[in-house]
Amino acid sequence: MSRTLPARRAGLPAAGPGGWPGPRGALHAEWTKLRTVPETTWLLIATVVLTVAVSTAAAAATRCSPGTACPVDVPKLSLTGIEFGQAVVAVLAVLAIGSEYSSGMIRTTLTAMPRRLRVLAAKAAVLTGLVLAAGTVAVAGCLLAGRLILPGHGFTAARGFPVLSLANGPVLRAAAGSVLYLALIALLSLGACAVLRDSAIAVGVVLGLLYLFPIIAAVVSDPHWRRHLEQIGPMTAGLAIQATTGLRSLPISPWAGLGVLAAWAAGALLAGGLLLRFRDA
Amino acid sequence: MSTGVITRARPGGPARRAGFGSVLRAEWTKFRTVRGWVVGMVVAAVLIDLIGLLAVQSSIACGNGRTGAACLQSVPTGPGGEAVTDSFYFVHRPLASHGSITARITTLTGRYVSGGAAGPGLPGGGLQPGIQPWSKAGIIIKAGTKPGSAYAAMMATGGHGVRFQYNYAQDLPGLPGRVSAVSPRWVRLTRSGDVITGYDSADGRHWTKLGSARLAGLPATAQAGLFATSPMYMKVTSGFGGSSGQEGPSLATAVFDHVGVSGGQPGGRWTGQDIGANGPAYSGAQIGFRQAGGRFTVTGSGDIAPVVPGTGSGPSGTIEDHLAGAFAGLIAVVVIAALFMTAEYRRGLIRTTLAASPRRGRVLAAKAIVLGLVGFAAGLAASVIAVTVGVRLSRDQGQYVLPVTWLTEARVIVGTAALLAVAAVLAVAIGTVLRRSAVAVAAVVVAIVLPYVLGVAQVLPAGAGEWLLRVTPAAGFAIQQSIPHYAQVTAQYTPPAYFPLSPWAGFGVLCGYTAGALALALYLLRRRDA
Repeated sequence: MSRTLPARRAGLPAAGPGGWPGPRGALHAEWTKLRTVPETTWLLIATVVLTVAVSTAAAAATRCSPGTACPVDVPKLSLTGIEFGQAVVAVLAVLAIGSEYSSGMIRTTLTAMPRRLRVLAAKAAVLTGLVLAAGTVAVAGCLLAGRLILPGHGFTAARGFPVLSLANGPVLRAAAGSVLYLALIALLSLGACAVLRDSAIAVGVVLGLLYLFPIIAAVVSDPHWRRHLEQIGPMTAGLAIQATTGLRSLPISPWAGLGVLAAWAAGALLAGGLLLRFRDA
Repeated sequence: MSTGVITRARPGGPARRAGFGSVLRAEWTKFRTVRGWVVGMVVAAVLIDLIGLLAVQSSIACGNGRTGAACLQSVPTGPGGEAVTDSFYFVHRPLASHGSITARITTLTGRYVSGGAAGPGLPGGGLQPGIQPWSKAGIIIKAGTKPGSAYAAMMATGGHGVRFQYNYAQDLPGLPGRVSAVSPRWVRLTRSGDVITGYDSADGRHWTKLGSARLAGLPATAQAGLFATSPMYMKVTSGFGGSSGQEGPSLATAVFDHVGVSGGQPGGRWTGQDIGANGPAYSGAQIGFRQAGGRFTVTGSGDIAPVVPGTGSGPSGTIEDHLAGAFAGLIAVVVIAALFMTAEYRRGLIRTTLAASPRRGRVLAAKAIVLGLVGFAAGLAASVIAVTVGVRLSRDQGQYVLPVTWLTEARVIVGTAALLAVAAVLAVAIGTVLRRSAVAVAAVVVAIVLPYVLGVAQVLPAGAGEWLLRVTPAAGFAIQQSIPHYAQVTAQYTPPAYFPLSPWAGFGVLCGYTAGALALALYLLRRRDA
């Protein structure tokens, strides 16, 4: 259906063999599409601002009064905003493909680039880059807020809470892991929307996957089931990467937890890619 | 854009604009004829039931390692139908239908095990001195010695002064302060038929009435006497990433003198009895009573109080545990409700809609009503099944579910349906404001579900999590709380079993947000071009 339109334009370097855009062209096209929609900018700004704001509020609400033991994981507390920011990232990622379906633009896209998996890969790559950038800024803001606020609330080095610093291995793991977490959430959302082809349903499904596991785990009183639920939930497992203390009591180790989320994202992308490849758009 | 031109009088018909009834019918037709939305509502209902049943099948709810019928029988039920703990040491004698009992409490002391590693027949060496805030000792008139029977009692407590308590749930305050030899407390109960009145006094001459209780069905011969009991020692470290409780059994010992009973049978003897020996069994040397002249020394362990979830031991299953799926149903309903509005913007249908019915407020109202009613119906059907069938399944499996009155059960079921309905209306309003379905869905889900997740998972410090469940739309889930917070019971009053606001107040918070969003939606719908 689509072999007549995309005649090679002179001067466009990115065209691959056969006249269609190659990988670079696909990347360039997706980058242009995302860049030129004002929504993308707003959502990226919202990711950073809301994440930092929620983290700041959480830090401001926490005090360690003298003389009491405070079993607080300070880096994790400083990164509380990720739980909020991930929802914005999910919206951004879902809209990256969902708005094409709602406007019918997807047909134009697939006409111009009939190699559909390449389209999805290009979207994933551009999205990952954007989210990694925004996530890095957001995480840096969260840690900075924690570093500025928490020592004044009783979390001092003298009481066993060293100043937040990326030179500290576990803190670096929590920070870098949180950035990766956001990127994986974006990929999971992109894959889910490629499967569902509707941005509203995709957002609902993704947020359901993220938030329902901890809720159900809370009412299950059988400790084994609770542990299993927390091990397979994309959010409960993925956020294990933020823990720096009490690693033994975690349902899953930090990197394994992030691996669970990566498996969810890979599964969603694979399903989305296959359906995109074999289904009518 | 200018509207209202098209809807002038149709030739042949009466000159009329669409009335609200036909706007409503138009919106209902729109909903009904989109198969995806109807299927989505069914999916919402099925999710509620499936998740609710799955979550419960994996629970162990009965304490003390009991299962099956033994579990169900081990928890007595009070006169109000609620599950109760009724275990104490009772020194009693019969009391006729008119009479009174008076006593002076001179000391109240306690011992407890802090480690929680207490076995049956605990040796005295593992105990350390200390009284629990709700250790109780005093006088009691009780229908009989069967656990769960009606009673009224005047008591001194470890940390809450003198109290008048009756029928497990009721608690009225009296003289404050601790009991000691220099500051004893006098207590008196008078019985007149089935009305019991409690008095306290600091000196035995000036009496203050605390209150009266009508104990329905109190037999002509009741049991009256002295009692002592002490609940589990409990230290709650409400913290981050899960609050933990440390607990262990405790004992309370009280010394009474000036004990007087009028209206008893002549020549009645005091009988000591360990009522409802349900908690950790103490050896006979540790609980019991001694009588020397006019002095009684009574030692007991246990509690006379309602059973609540969050005490660490004992049964904790509640009917709302079966409604964990409501969150999944809520997300599905929110998606459909947001789409119901935003789909009109996506296809430009909104212009046709507003042309046909230029009074835009009516369109918004009709959409809100249709979605609210559909959400309510789906939620009601699902939660009736989830609660009635789910609770029966749980009980068949020998899991203990705390009983509640039918009124509470109805409130939880209808409240869950109303929760879905209001969430649907909120999503319609936010969809109108934002006009983008994905953003609207995310906004509503984050506003309602995320604060609950943060409050339940206790990522945040306890105070902040509680604050979130007060001021965000997530407060609405308080409508599902079936067991109230009892001030006279020490427990971990944390979500998901407890909410900081009362059921209707919490629901009111959600309704307030929805009303605000509707007002904003109405304003923008009128002011903005469609």
